[in-house]
Amino acid sequence: MSPVLELRNVDKIFRAAGLFAADARTKHAVCRVSLSLQAGETLAIVGESGSGKSTTARIAMRLLSADHGEVWWQGENVSGLAPRALRARRKHIQMVFQDPFASLNPRMKIWQTVAEGLRVHQPGLGRKQLRQRVADVLGQCGLDAAMMDRYPHQFSGGQRQRIGIARSLIVEPSVLVLDEPVSALDVSVQAQILNLLHDVQQQHRLAYLFISHDLSIVQYIAARVMVMFAGHVVEEGPTDRVFRQPAHPYTRALVDARPIVHPAQRKARAVVEERSEQVADDGCPYRLRCPRALDACASFDGMLQGDTHRVSCLNPQTYA
Amino acid sequence: MLESRRFIRHTPAMLEMSRLSLSVSIDGAWVQAVSDVSLHLRPGRILGLVGESGCGKSLTAQAFLRLGEYQGVRRDGGDILLDGESLFAMEERRLRAVRGGRIAMIFQEPMTALNPVFSIGSQLTEVIRLHLPLLDRQQVRARALELLAGVGLEDGEALLRAYPDALSGGMRQRVLIAMAMSADPDYILADEPTTALDVSVQTRIIALLRDQQRRRGLGMLLVTHDFGLVAEMCDDVAVMYAGQIVETAPVADIFDRPAHPYTRALMACRPEAAVDGQALAVIPGQVPPPGQWGGGCRFAPRCTFADAHCGKPVTLDAWQEAHHCARCIHVGQGVE
Repeated sequence: MSPVLELRNVDKIFRAAGLFAADARTKHAVCRVSLSLQAGETLAIVGESGSGKSTTARIAMRLLSADHGEVWWQGENVSGLAPRALRARRKHIQMVFQDPFASLNPRMKIWQTVAEGLRVHQPGLGRKQLRQRVADVLGQCGLDAAMMDRYPHQFSGGQRQRIGIARSLIVEPSVLVLDEPVSALDVSVQAQILNLLHDVQQQHRLAYLFISHDLSIVQYIAARVMVMFAGHVVEEGPTDRVFRQPAHPYTRALVDARPIVHPAQRKARAVVEERSEQVADDGCPYRLRCPRALDACASFDGMLQGDTHRVSCLNPQTYA
Repeated sequence: MLESRRFIRHTPAMLEMSRLSLSVSIDGAWVQAVSDVSLHLRPGRILGLVGESGCGKSLTAQAFLRLGEYQGVRRDGGDILLDGESLFAMEERRLRAVRGGRIAMIFQEPMTALNPVFSIGSQLTEVIRLHLPLLDRQQVRARALELLAGVGLEDGEALLRAYPDALSGGMRQRVLIAMAMSADPDYILADEPTTALDVSVQTRIIALLRDQQRRRGLGMLLVTHDFGLVAEMCDDVAVMYAGQIVETAPVADIFDRPAHPYTRALMACRPEAAVDGQALAVIPGQVPPPGQWGGGCRFAPRCTFADAHCGKPVTLDAWQEAHHCARCIHVGQGVE
């Protein structure tokens, strides 16, 4: 079966225009990123802010155009499609945002917000049918259908995130792109939403592209993980393997920075002071911060090596 | 030097909240939001205040500086004593010297806590001049550079000229920590100090806070919803639910033998606690807002152990050991 979502060698360069031509700077936000997602599968992207994980998500959604490379949805290259042609296909891939407070229109009743996508993709539906579909999808997301005539401010953070999920599910997509969907929530509510995401994935064989900075959540929800640094994929593979035996020094630093789960672990904790906060423009982008850097890293081409567990590093960590 | 400022002490050095109750104004009516809370901050120790959003954690922390009074918060009862002296009996002038001078605060959001139109230098030296009025220009500047170096910021000269937008989140939080330390306070209130930062930056800020706290022997209140941070930093823990303290214990006891059903439920829903192939544990429902707490155990509507006896008011009582207290009549039930 062809993947439901695929990125092939995608590049995105942002140009920050200064007042004068000489001030113009460019930033390689995403560099040669490829990924492929099968129905029912969850792929997580982890990295710190500025790593390009959200830009990658927006390119996958075709909210941003890539400068190079291709985006494929359900076996179709959608990179060059015009907005009108894209719109018809957008029901296939939907997005859930981080901030459930900012992503709902405060002036619209919940049912209107949730029904919005359906109005676009099935314009023939009448008010009654729309409300019925909204009631169904709210129920699936653990909300009482009687709440649909309320406004967003009448809901808690967790309920708003349920509404956000309901809004994306109503058009029956095959892919959900989830950008930090639980990081604004309390741990108790976070667990409710993660369980909900698990359940709807099972029911609909949904594929998730799950963006997060929280390794514990990623380990819980995603079978595969991609680690990004400064726009580059530095490591990818099965989540358990990548987190247990990180090969790239950056992944290793991320894993070492994980919060401890018991006070007895305090002593074992070593804060690795990186040598620099800078990103290299050529060669390996991490080499200025890397404790394992070699001279050759300055001319490294960044290619990912390996089979299922792949790493872009000349001097990866190895395990006996 | 810190000792000399405490002239004659009749009580051990301590910042003590004693049975404090606060109300907030909601649609013109006063509703109780913090009920009968007692907390003790001691020099050299970190107390974690844990709970879900809406439990009253931040309101409680801000009360230590009497900050809420400017935002429609009313004190219904109780007191806060700094080395035995009531904050509420202090005249305004003295209170201003205590704020930032003896007790300083580090806020959650390093992006908004600095004023974008003033340079780092002018904001940092303003605080120093306020609390150390005897220093001259040169000394203030030297002090600023020393503080910046103390929080791991090199090239202080350039930093003093910079504006907040030129700094990363981690650097801004370091600047705010430097500001909080500017008058050598004895107590620090840190409200979710790392929540808005990247994971790798979080670890470094945590290390910095612990280093400062140990070196200066600070008493610290750490407000957080993150048990990882509690495990990392705290000596003692107070768990808050719906405006009340429901459990207090030394940190190891909270992790090894959590007593209150709420504490246990909170710890069980962390993804780290997930059991393969099973759904994550959840706490059904949500924290009831102030005004909807009922007269009995406030957690009872969400509690798996609740029964008819939970409708009566519950006190915070010692469980197993004197320093481990819980507010639950079924305390320890279901613990292996």
